[in-house]
Amino acid sequence: MDLRKTKPLHLVTPVWNRGTRGIRGLSRAVAPEGSQKKGRSLLQFLADRFYDVQALREYLLRKQVLKVHQKNRPFTYIKERFGPHAAGAYFILKQGGAVKFQGKEWIRSDARGHFSLDFLKFQAVPVEAVDASGCAINYQGLDSLLALKELQSLWLQRCPHVDDWCLGRLHPLANSLQELSLAGCPRISERGLASLHHLQNLRRLDISDLPAVSNPGLTRILVEEMLPSCQVLGADWAQGLPSGPEEQSRDTASPIPA
Amino acid sequence: MLRRALQPGLSRGVLGRGLGTHRGRSTLDQNGKVPEIKKKVQSVLPGGAWNPLHDTSYLPPEHSDVVIVGGGVIGLSVAYWLKRLEKPRGAIRVLVVERDHTYSQASTALSVGGIRQQFSVPENIQLSLFSVEFLRNINEYLAVVDDPPLDIQFNPSGYLLLASEKGAAVMESNVKVQRQEGAKVCLMSPEQLRNKFPWINTEGVALASYGMEHEGWFDPWCLLQGLRRKVQSMGVLFCHGEVTRFVSSSSHTKTTSGEEVTLRRIHEVHVKMDRSLEYQPVECALVINAAGAWSGQIAELAGVGKGPPGTLQGTKLPVELRKRYVYLWHCPQGPGLETPFVMDAGGAYFRREGLGNNYLGGCSPTEEEEPDPGNLEVDHDFFQDKVWPPLAQRVPAFETLKVRSAWAGYYDYNTFDQNGVVGPHPLVVNMYFATGFSGHGLQQAPAVGRAVAEMVLDGHFQTINLSPFLFNRFYLGEKVQEHNII
Ligand SMILES: Cc1cc2nc3c(=O)[nH]c(=O)nc-3n(C[C@H](O)[C@H](O)[C@H](O)COP(=O)(O)OP(=O)(O)OC[C@H]3O[C@@H](n4cnc5c(N)ncnc54)[C@H](O)[C@@H]3O)c2cc1C
Repeated sequence: MDLRKTKPLHLVTPVWNRGTRGIRGLSRAVAPEGSQKKGRSLLQFLADRFYDVQALREYLLRKQVLKVHQKNRPFTYIKERFGPHAAGAYFILKQGGAVKFQGKEWIRSDARGHFSLDFLKFQAVPVEAVDASGCAINYQGLDSLLALKELQSLWLQRCPHVDDWCLGRLHPLANSLQELSLAGCPRISERGLASLHHLQNLRRLDISDLPAVSNPGLTRILVEEMLPSCQVLGADWAQGLPSGPEEQSRDTASPIPA
Repeated sequence: MLRRALQPGLSRGVLGRGLGTHRGRSTLDQNGKVPEIKKKVQSVLPGGAWNPLHDTSYLPPEHSDVVIVGGGVIGLSVAYWLKRLEKPRGAIRVLVVERDHTYSQASTALSVGGIRQQFSVPENIQLSLFSVEFLRNINEYLAVVDDPPLDIQFNPSGYLLLASEKGAAVMESNVKVQRQEGAKVCLMSPEQLRNKFPWINTEGVALASYGMEHEGWFDPWCLLQGLRRKVQSMGVLFCHGEVTRFVSSSSHTKTTSGEEVTLRRIHEVHVKMDRSLEYQPVECALVINAAGAWSGQIAELAGVGKGPPGTLQGTKLPVELRKRYVYLWHCPQGPGLETPFVMDAGGAYFRREGLGNNYLGGCSPTEEEEPDPGNLEVDHDFFQDKVWPPLAQRVPAFETLKVRSAWAGYYDYNTFDQNGVVGPHPLVVNMYFATGFSGHGLQQAPAVGRAVAEMVLDGHFQTINLSPFLFNRFYLGEKVQEHNII
C-alpha cells in the first residue's frame, strides 16, 4: 500500500519523528495533564509490547494494512447460503458501492452505509453491473467479483488499492465483461493494462487519469491496438506528458491525431 | 534512492537497541591523526550524527552469529528471513559480506527479471508461487517507516512456452503438475495460439502453455534495494569486503558402517577489506554461502570437495560461472502490448521491454558453445548465429530489427542438475548453501531465503520442503528432474 497516504502516519510523525526519543518522551505526547495513572499503564503497555518507537510505528503501519485486508474478507456464509451473486453484491454494498442485478434497479447503500437486503431473495438472478468507484477493494476482495460470471459492466474508478496485480487477474470475466472503467486509479500502470488483452469482449474501456501510467498517449494507442473492437477512453496522443487534474467525464468524440 | 540504500554510513538499523554492537577495530587510525581531524570536522559540522571519518560501519564486527557471504538477492533474502523469524527479536546477529557494493557483476543486477510457475518439479513451482505472493505484498513485507513504498514494476504478462511435437507430451504432464500446485496455466493449440497472438508463426509448434496469472517480469534492482533497506532497518550489519579464508577445526568420527569421516566446523571468516591488504577475522557460528556464481569457490575455501573422488568428502559443490548474453533490440513492426515472455521450443526467448517496440532476449548456448567466463564481454555473433534465426522464424516481424544494446551476466550454474542447492553441508556442518539456481534464482529468492532461515532456526524446512535440493544429492547422484530450464 501507499505508505505516504496512510493517515495515522501523518498524525504520528510530528510527535515521534524526533529520533528515538524512547518511551519517556512519549508520555508527554500521548498522555496529557490529568490522567496520570492512565498514562502510566499506557506506558507500561507500550514498554511491554514495543521494542522502541520505531517498532510502534511499524505496528501502526501494519495495522493500516490489516484494516484494508479486513475490509476485503469474503462473506463465505452469504456465498454458501445465497450464492455467488448475492455474496458479490453484499460485498460491494458493504464497501459502499452499487450493484445492478439483471432486470432490476441499481441498489446502493444510503449515506449511513445501510442498504436493504431484499436482493438476497434474487437467488439465481445474476449481477450484471457493479460500481465500486472509490471503494477500498483490493486484490483479495476481487475474489467476490470474479465469481460474478455474467458481469458486463465494472466501474473501478479512483479505487486506491486496485493495482496492476488486480488487472492481471480479471481474465475469468473475459466471457461477459463489456465495459470497464479504471479512471483515476492511482496505482494502475501500463504494465497492468497490458494484461487486459484477455478481455476480448470489451467494448468500452476508460483509462483516463491514471497518474502511474508513464506515457498516457502512447499507452492509449497501444491498448487500442491490443483491443481492436474496444472503444478506449483516455489521454490523447498529444497528451504524452502527464498534465494537471482532468475532468471526470471526457469528450469521447475527440479525434486522435496519429 | 539506491545510492542512499548503498551508503553504509546512513544506516539507521545498526543504531537500533538491543544489538550491543561490537564494532571492529578501526583501521583508519593509521598515524593517530584521524582523531584530531575528526574533532575539527565535528566542530565545523552542525550536530549531524553522520560523520564520515568516524564511520567504521564498513568494517565487520569481531563476531557475528551468522555470516552471509554474498549480498545479492539470495543473501539478502536469507538475512531478511533470519531477522524476521528470529525469536526473540534481536536474538541473532547477522552480517552480510559483499565485496562489490555496485553489484557490477552480480547476477541479480544482470538478470532479465522473469518469474514463472511453469516448471516441472513441484518444489520449483511452490517456490515461485511463494515469491510471487511476496512480490505482490512487497510493501507489507519490506515496509520501512518513513521510506517511500517500493515499485516492483511487475508486468503481469505471463510466460508462453512453445513445444514441438516431441515435447508436447512432457508439456502436458508439466502443466498438470503446475495446475495441481495452484498455478494458473492453460494449454493452447497452434490454432488458438494464432488467434491470440497473430504475430506468431506456429510452424513446428504442436502445443503451447501460457501463464494467465502470477507470471511475467519485474525490476530486480527494486527487490535488491528493498531487501537491503529493510534488513538494514532490522539491524543486519553490512560489510564491504571479500571473504578470503575460513578458519575451521575438524574432528574424526566413524559412521555406523565403520567409515571414517571428517567433520569440519568453521570458527572464523576472514574478510579482506576493499582496496587494502588487511583482513579482519570475524568469529561466527554459522556461514551462509550465497555467493551466487562464485559459491563454488567459497565452498572450496571451506574444504568442500577436498577428498578422494567418489566419496562424500570429495564431492564438490558443482556450481560454476556460466556466461549468458542478453540482447536488446528495436523492431518497429514487432508484437504489441500483449506480448508475453516467450520461450521457444529450441531455447531462445524474448520479452517486451517498455512501450517503444523494444524487446530483449537471448538463448542459452549448448555445452560445446559455452563461452569463456573470464570476462563479461558480449559476443555479437552469437546473436546473429544463434538467437536471431530461431526468433525470426518464430516471429516473422523480427526479420527486420536493430540491436540496440547487449550485456552479459553470470548464471550461478549448477552443472549437476541446474537447480538450487539449499541447506547445510553434511560434513562442513555449519556451512549452509543457498546457491546454484542456474537462471531462476531471482524469482526463487524470497522463498529460498525463508527456507534457509527455517533450516537454521528450526533445523528443518517448514513452509516448503526443499529436501530434494540438499547437497547430499550430488553424492547420491539423485538429480532434480526439472525440464524447464532456460
Ligand atoms: C542473463 C541472466 C538472466 C537471468 N534471468 C533470470 C530470470 O529471468 N529470472 C530469474 O529468476 N533469474 C534469472 N537469472 C538468475 C538470477 O539472476 C540468479 O540466479 C540470482 O540473481 C542469484 O542471486 P545471488 O544473490 O545468488 O547472486 P548474485 O546476485 O550474483 O550475488 C552474489 C554476490 O556474492 C558476492 N561475492 C561473491 N564472492 C564473494 C566473496 N568471496 N566475498 C564477498 N562477496 C562475494 C558477489 O559480489 C555478488 O554480489 C538470470 C541470470 C542471468 C545472468
